[in-house]
This record gives sequence, C-alpha cells and structure tokens, in this order.
Amino acid sequence: MSSPLLPAGSDAALAIAGITPDALGVRSAAGPASKRIIVGYGFWIFLLSDVIMFSAFFAAYAVLFRNTAGGPSAHDLFDLRNTAVETACLLLSSFTCGMASLAVGQRNQRWTQIALLVTGLLGLAFIVLEIREFSGFVARGAGPGRSAFLSSFFTLVGCHGVHVSAGLLWLGTMMAQFYAKGFRQDIRHRFLCFSLFWHALDIIWVAIFNLVYLVGSLPPELLP
Amino acid sequence: MSDPSDYDAGSYVGTERQPGSREERTVAREVRGYLLGLSLAALLTVASFWAVRTHDIYSSGVSVALLVLAVAQIGIHLVFFLHITTAPDNQNNILALAFGVLIVCLVVFGSLWVMLHLNHNMVPMDQLRRMQH
Repeated sequence: MSSPLLPAGSDAALAIAGITPDALGVRSAAGPASKRIIVGYGFWIFLLSDVIMFSAFFAAYAVLFRNTAGGPSAHDLFDLRNTAVETACLLLSSFTCGMASLAVGQRNQRWTQIALLVTGLLGLAFIVLEIREFSGFVARGAGPGRSAFLSSFFTLVGCHGVHVSAGLLWLGTMMAQFYAKGFRQDIRHRFLCFSLFWHALDIIWVAIFNLVYLVGSLPPELLP
Repeated sequence: MSDPSDYDAGSYVGTERQPGSREERTVAREVRGYLLGLSLAALLTVASFWAVRTHDIYSSGVSVALLVLAVAQIGIHLVFFLHITTAPDNQNNILALAFGVLIVCLVVFGSLWVMLHLNHNMVPMDQLRRMQH
C-alpha cells in the first residue's frame, strides 16, 4: 500500500534503503494521519519558529534592560492598571476563541459569528490600549529612540502588537469566509490555524506581562 | 474524518459530529474544560499581580516567583487552550514543542550569560580612551 504522504515509488526506494514508512512516522498502525492533524502540525512548527523569534527579542530586552542612558526606567514608566486590563482582554479573547472553535465543531453559524465578534472586539480593545500607552510614552519623551532599553521594549512589545493586529485582520477574514462559504473543510482547517495563532499570541503576552511589565515595575534594588 | 481521535492541538474544529444527546454532553465537557483553563489562568494572573504588591514574598525572590508563575500559566494555556496533551496523536507536537523550548532556553539564557560575561570582562570606557592616546 502506498502512503498518500510519500511521492509515488518512494515505498520501493525506501525498501531498498531498508527503511519502512512506519519508521518515518508518517504511517502508523491506525493508517496515515488525517489532513487536519498534518495542517495543525505544520502550523504548530510555524508558531514555534515565531516563538523563537520572540525569544531573541526577549533576550535583547533582558540584556539591554538596564541601559536607560539617563532616561526613564521601566519602574518610572509602566502603569500596571493598563497592563492588567490588557491582560484581561487577551485572556478573555483566548477563551471566546475557544468557544468559537466549539461553535465551528457544532456547525453553528450564529454562535461562531458571535464568539468571533467578541474575540475581535477584545483584541481591538487590547490594541487600542497598547497604542494609547505607546503614544503616552512618546509624548513623555520616552520614545524608542531615547535609550537602548526603550528600543528593545518597543521592538518586543510592538512586535506582539503587530501580531495581534495581523490576527484581527485574519479573524475578520475568517468571519467573512464562514458567512459566505459555510463550514467547508478547508475553511475549518484555516480556522484551526487561526485559533492556534490566537492562543499562541496569548502565551507570548503571558511572558511579556510577567517578565517585562511586572518585573519592570519592581523597585530597582529588587531586580535580579 | 469522523474518527474520534481526529482532533489535537486546537480543539474539535475539524471533527464531524453526529447529532444526539451524547454529543451534547461532550460539548458541555469541552466548555467546562475551557472554563477550567480560563479560571486557572486568571488565578495565576492575579497571583502574578499580587506578587509585585505584597510584602509576604522575600523581596529578592519576587522576580523568580514571577518567572515561575509565567511558566505555570504558559503550561495551563498549552494544555487547556492549545490542547497539547500526551495523547499518541499528539507526540509530534510534543516533540516539536520540546525542541522549541530547548532553542528558546539556548537563545535567552545563552545571550544573558555571554553578554554579562562580556560586560564583566570589558575594559572600562575611560581606560580604553587613555589607551588610545
């Protein structure tokens, strides 16, 4: 039996090399993995590469954190109430995105649209709060050009904000596609990727609010 | 596509369902799973915000506590929202995740380690200027 995941004739080639397709992990006792699992796996690999990019920004921030060049430090700038509201928005939007997944599983158009709309509005609220915070920093002379600390801060948190904005565009597209084309399999696969993306953004934010905002708000003598 | 094992990272999106009361109970269970994840994540978030205000934690340990709380909350998100589990059809996702965590640790802790040593071993700026004359 030829595996749908391997090109034609590769079974013979593998047999000559002494490798069974099972050993490659593409075919198990239960048969080849479904397209859904392959799609999810591929997108999961992309998300991990995205996380690795963020880890480089985190490393740059951690290295440059003290280099304030005489400008404001994290302790002077951060407003934790704003961070708390942003965190609540993203956490709730992750939950409503999960509810949208369940509604898609049930082929329920109305609840899919409602859950996605709430997810989008919460994401939009997050973006608005972040833009307000950033413009407040710039107005106080603490823009990204002020110090190495602020450059790395704006790069890290801004990159997350850009991801959320792209996610909002994607979310709007998914709502339109579900509405216009229904619960077709390829669209459900697209939505699977979107929900993974949205949950992963929340995970990045968990690291940002703990390690950037909360650690940064500690008085300087308590920092590691 | 009606295989019940046909869902992994990211909930039930792709599964075909038969109508019936048993299926509805499954949905209720799924909702409860998300609610449990939401409450655990909210609890850890509140704990993080509490940790920076309280004086009950030894003050130099607060940043370590925040790191631990962040890792715990990321674990909650992975299990309850992204559905990364130990199920057999999830092994590839787990392996990729383990490799990702390895690279992230290398990048973050490696950078910090190298840069702190460089700072430590660098000739101070004023001394460097005197050497240029």
